[in-house]
Amino acid sequence: MVKINGLLVDANGKILKDYLIENGHDIRKIAVECNEDIVPKSQYETFIIHSGDVLEIVSLVGGG
Amino acid sequence: MKENIYFVDSDKLSNKALEKKHRLEQDPSSRRNHMEYMPGMERISSDVMDKVISQVNSYDYSQYTELDVKRALASDRCSIDDFKAYLSPAAKPLLEEMAQKAKLETSKHFGNTVYIFTPLYIANYCENYCVYCGFNCYNDISRKKLTAKEIENEMKVIAESGIEEILILTGESKTMSSVEYIGEACKLARKYFRNVGLEVYPMNSKEYKYLHECGADYITVFQETYDSEKYETLHLFGHKRVWPYRFEAQERALIGGMRGVGFSALLGLADFRKDALATALHVYYLQRKYPHAEFSLSCPRLRPIINNDKINPLDVHEAELCQIICAYRLFLPYVGITVSSRESKSFRDGIVKIAATKVSAGVSTGIGDHEEKYNGKDINDTGDEQFEIADNRSFNQMYQDISDEGLQPVLNDYVYV
Amino acid sequence: MKNDKLILGGKAFDSRFILGSGKYSLDLIKAAVENAGAEIITLAVRRTNTRESENIIDYIPDNVTLLPNTSGARDAKEAVRIARMSRELGCGNFVKIEIMKDSKYLLPDNAETVKATEILANEGFVVLPYMFPDLYAARDLQNAGAAAVMPLASPIGSNRGLSSKDFIQILVDEIDLPIIVDAGIGAPSQAAAAMEMGCAAVMCNTAIATAGNIPLMASAFKKAIEAGREAYLSGLGRVLERGAAASDPLTGFLRD
Repeated sequence: MVKINGLLVDANGKILKDYLIENGHDIRKIAVECNEDIVPKSQYETFIIHSGDVLEIVSLVGGG
Repeated sequence: MKENIYFVDSDKLSNKALEKKHRLEQDPSSRRNHMEYMPGMERISSDVMDKVISQVNSYDYSQYTELDVKRALASDRCSIDDFKAYLSPAAKPLLEEMAQKAKLETSKHFGNTVYIFTPLYIANYCENYCVYCGFNCYNDISRKKLTAKEIENEMKVIAESGIEEILILTGESKTMSSVEYIGEACKLARKYFRNVGLEVYPMNSKEYKYLHECGADYITVFQETYDSEKYETLHLFGHKRVWPYRFEAQERALIGGMRGVGFSALLGLADFRKDALATALHVYYLQRKYPHAEFSLSCPRLRPIINNDKINPLDVHEAELCQIICAYRLFLPYVGITVSSRESKSFRDGIVKIAATKVSAGVSTGIGDHEEKYNGKDINDTGDEQFEIADNRSFNQMYQDISDEGLQPVLNDYVYV
Repeated sequence: MKNDKLILGGKAFDSRFILGSGKYSLDLIKAAVENAGAEIITLAVRRTNTRESENIIDYIPDNVTLLPNTSGARDAKEAVRIARMSRELGCGNFVKIEIMKDSKYLLPDNAETVKATEILANEGFVVLPYMFPDLYAARDLQNAGAAAVMPLASPIGSNRGLSSKDFIQILVDEIDLPIIVDAGIGAPSQAAAAMEMGCAAVMCNTAIATAGNIPLMASAFKKAIEAGREAYLSGLGRVLERGAAASDPLTGFLRD
């Protein structure tokens, strides 16, 4: 299992880009961190999600 | 602008020496580049000099009006621009108002205390030709360097008078007064005094560190004038000629671990308003960089010297000096301000009620003559003085006079840790 | 006034009003930005919510500089992670560091803020740290490479104005960086007062987000900040608070 934004998800072996599109993320407006390191956008197509990974997918919201 | 006549030829100089002296005086190309460091002079990376000089270069004091001064007086803080207004000719009619405000600032930071110290000259050998100074290497004076035993004797005499803070001075000769020699004097001084300051030639941070270990913790270096082009025409020969190395002395002293540093321009050498601005900004910018350090200002005016009794501070009259000191106090309310025995008793008595926080007493600028001056003992073998003093009050007299004015004389408030 | 620019990270701004975008709806943001004349807008970084189709970026004019904050960070490490994510989001290299270990008062942790500032400044970020107005911390932030210092006026969201006025004044006097008052400013008059003191800019969010008419309040703040700035540049003619001068002259001793 993989932890994405705090939830356990079965995404082992998936390519990051495929996961993001399947789940309705607008790739232009997000950033992804895996195990506390940034995953550059240029690597989304080749980045494979492994069991035990902790991913954070973030975007901008209003804030002060 | 009026100028002092500085050049005096001694008939004891050889023809060759006279020839060199005249060449230095008359031919600028015979003098080395005063902005260039000499071998062995430490260079530190600092932006303080550029900050000070750019402010001074752009300072046009004729632009300020009485309204600018009034606005500054009405403010509860003092900006650099307010300080520039205080130093301008427009402030002169408002000197009394400045003094009233300065007195309030002084009392906020120092209460009614006045510190008393005494300088001790241990050698008057000098390798520099600074045209206005009695110690200059071409001036025919009696030279002397005290031995360790003589230093200790002088210190005993001074300490017995009651003084607890001492400022050790030498002429600027590293050959005759080595760092080690000064260090030994510091060690001796720590036996007799609670607080030891030095006013000696500028040195490298490692040397300051050594002297700090020997017991000194305050370094005073007078820049004389911050106008480097004018400086060049007054300091014709010797290490002291290197203007930027001197400018950075206080910062090197702080890097070396000294607790505090003292600053001054010698008023009367150049444009005193610009020199006063530069002196205070030198403190201001260093304080921002070294906020833990202590800072003090002196405000000496030119005095007559042996073999040239005509030297005088030109346009810096007592009123201008008072204006400068009040402006210093308003801009830098937390710094100590020293007024030396170059000034008269009446001036010193007046200015301690306004802004000065430290005065010297029992002063001699000669070498090895304290026992003679304090106890009346006849000593023939003394060295001549750097300049003439105007207030020759003894420590006891000064203590009494300060008390009588309703002020509190303080000998020392310093804890060694 | 034309040449009176706010310089942050080498970038020049005409407006000295930094607008927060929290706590109000997206459709009001555009109007608020326009009425505020703001050239810098703060944002936050959050886990994505794919159920929301709209993104705040679409409501912010292109010429506005985005200033993402690190809200949610409890220590320097988390702040650094959020800052890196914000840069990856295409926000540019500006970041407002905001580190709070206390969820009751939301006061900034100065020590952690200094650490994060140093790391991010070394990574090329233009770092604007939100801080409690403490002179030593401000000096540390300056030495750590901050582009400005953002002291709080009052507890965040409190709208209580310049409770820390004396301490902010010390920062204005002693720190060589722009001092931007952030948090607690509740009314345009308070923003004007901060600018009169010599602050370089004012950052405001809740006062606008909780106003009856958000675009109108944004406009009121814009005018107040400009007025305060002009007053500062003019040099305030203050009234002496102390009583009449003492009768004894102090300068009677002067001769020659």
